Amino acid sequence: MRASLFITCYNDTLYPETGQAVVTLLERLGVEVEFRPAQTCCGQMHANTGFRSEAYSQAKRFVRMYQDAETVVIPSSSCVAMIRDQYPGLFEELGNEELRREFASFLPRVYELSEFLVDKLGVEDVGAYFPHRVTYHASCHGLRALHLGERPFKLLANVRGLELVPLENLDRCCGFGGTFSVKNAEVSSAMLSAKLIDVLTTRAEYCTALDNSCLMHIGGALHRQFAAMRTLHMAQILASTEATPMEATL
Amino acid sequence: MNHPVVERHPILDPEKAAPFPAAAFQILRNTQLRKNVAHATDVIQEKRDRLVAEKADWQELRSAGSALRMHLLENLGHYLEQFEERCTATGGVVHWAKDAAEARAIILEILRQEHATEVIKIKTMTSAEIQLNPAIEAAGMKAFETDLAEIILQLGEDEPSHIVVPALHVNRTQVREIFARRMNRPELTDDPKELTGAARTFLREKFLRVPTAISGANFLVAETGSVVIVESEGNGRMCLTLPRTMITLAGIEKVVPRFQDLEIMLQVLARSATGERMNPYSSLWTGVTPGDGPQRFHVVLLDNGRSDILARGRERQTLKCIRCGACQNTCPVYRQTGGHAYGSVYGGPIGAILTPQLMHLEHAQTLPYASSLCGACYDVCPVKINIPEVLIDLRAKVTDKEREEERRFFDPMYLGMIIANFFFASAARFRFAQKMGRLGLRLFTRKDGWIHYLPSIGARWTMTRDLRGLPDQTFREWWAGRNAGRGKEGR
Repeated sequence: MRASLFITCYNDTLYPETGQAVVTLLERLGVEVEFRPAQTCCGQMHANTGFRSEAYSQAKRFVRMYQDAETVVIPSSSCVAMIRDQYPGLFEELGNEELRREFASFLPRVYELSEFLVDKLGVEDVGAYFPHRVTYHASCHGLRALHLGERPFKLLANVRGLELVPLENLDRCCGFGGTFSVKNAEVSSAMLSAKLIDVLTTRAEYCTALDNSCLMHIGGALHRQFAAMRTLHMAQILASTEATPMEATL
Repeated sequence: MNHPVVERHPILDPEKAAPFPAAAFQILRNTQLRKNVAHATDVIQEKRDRLVAEKADWQELRSAGSALRMHLLENLGHYLEQFEERCTATGGVVHWAKDAAEARAIILEILRQEHATEVIKIKTMTSAEIQLNPAIEAAGMKAFETDLAEIILQLGEDEPSHIVVPALHVNRTQVREIFARRMNRPELTDDPKELTGAARTFLREKFLRVPTAISGANFLVAETGSVVIVESEGNGRMCLTLPRTMITLAGIEKVVPRFQDLEIMLQVLARSATGERMNPYSSLWTGVTPGDGPQRFHVVLLDNGRSDILARGRERQTLKCIRCGACQNTCPVYRQTGGHAYGSVYGGPIGAILTPQLMHLEHAQTLPYASSLCGACYDVCPVKINIPEVLIDLRAKVTDKEREEERRFFDPMYLGMIIANFFFASAARFRFAQKMGRLGLRLFTRKDGWIHYLPSIGARWTMTRDLRGLPDQTFREWWAGRNAGRGKEGR
């Protein structure tokens, strides 16, 4: 199986270790990973901030770039949600019927990481080892847009040594919301402080998720407070084995 | 003794309200309000979730409710005419108001004809939308709210903060203080029985004295010309039966086609709004019945921007709303700020999409951004309004207006978006931006590799959150290096 990795603009720039972990993990599972260096952004930030024509040109770029790919894997639920939920509307509204058709034919081959592992590869035990106390933050897009459901929990349950601590108010937003976090910084911070109560109550060593954007938010506050807990994308936990344990990069 | 005092809030008028971030900033300092809001929304949401869970066909009910409301909107003209015809035939008088000013004028004229000096009111958010109470006062008349929560607010010189539970931000101790002061009942304790008893005494006198009433409507039934109001207290029932003259003010989108449609609407409304299988009082009345109930009956059908919304694309679904407030209870933004920050009687997620549209996007332009787009509102909406989708559509409209304005060149967010788009257009540009970003941020990165302070718009992030500094190598650089050795670089 061949998978084309869409790393996303912010993982590429801010969290390359997440991308490296995805490559390690997929190759260990026998997937041939390719990376198309022309990729940049899916357009989510522009779309959600109201810059529709800019989002459209990025969406167009994305579809043109990947339409011949066997599968596309994306380690970010919010970017997958952008592609699934917003691209059709953008193409329809900005009147590109041909693009809309091309997109519709290749959309079923676009996977969020946990979907790819569980649905496409049929793997729930990826052979990982991570002897730590971990709590899982279900990002809003993973939960309500992609309906990831049990997938992340199944993957984590099969990690050897991992102690999963349930997070209270799992369905509540951490307050990131992209540009919301700066446009409404005070309310965003108030939401984050409510989330931190639940996160810190778990007394976990790591808070993990399938979205580095939420983790950037939660982790940014944990770091500000010199809290012991760190954030870590789930790909890094799943990539970790006895032979090559993955440690969080501070 | 130290009396807690409810703060005086400005009238909820989107034309004059502060931008959402500024209003929220003020409210976030109000510990008592935040505690009250968090507690009340928790309680209601828990009840709602429990009652929705016991309904095996909830998703089918939602779909039916959504389809029903959409069908109504697509045929609104037809059903409104049918309602007018039936309502008139049964003895009602139907008035059409194109905007708030016209609606106020119609109602004041009816009150003058009735020689009214006082009027009792029940369940009418629409009257707050058109700023009716100040107009009634300016005309030398007195308006008395009769919904328990609305009495608390009126006596406390406060404003509603929730669609279903308008005084949700006020707690029992504060209610006692307001009642003791304004009803001159210093002996009152904060026992709920005593407080409702005091309200009852206060209200009964009004019910028996004032012969003119104004109501809102939860639904108008086109088939029969009936008006429906649902409530928990029975004060509405008093208002609807005792007076001589009844004026119902309703948005044009409140119609349902058939009487039988209430079967679906009342089920989804009660469960979503208050977490009840059925609300305690459902009052239905049709025209005038000689010798029973109000003998003069007016319905004012209010447009006030609604037909504009109807003419829009995806935003049209906003008008499906049946005002259950479930989106407010679940919204993580509303749960922090309560309703006043939205500067309109319609707060929370539904307010964030409804208010700017009612204002023809000329006011309340910060509201579409008052959401993290978490989608919780869409999940609970009993008529499946995709609120995040509409929020994004409205943001696009606000941005399109901004594109015409000079001040966009001084807005770091706007400039950032345009520049980012330039860099996202090609990988070469993106790689350049990554390198520049790394260099630039190095200035702000401390020895531990983290950024604790950023200037300009970045300070809005670093005011409460750190940011990890950019790593020395991007993913694409790592990939290129790794595969250079193997000679199998991706395309």
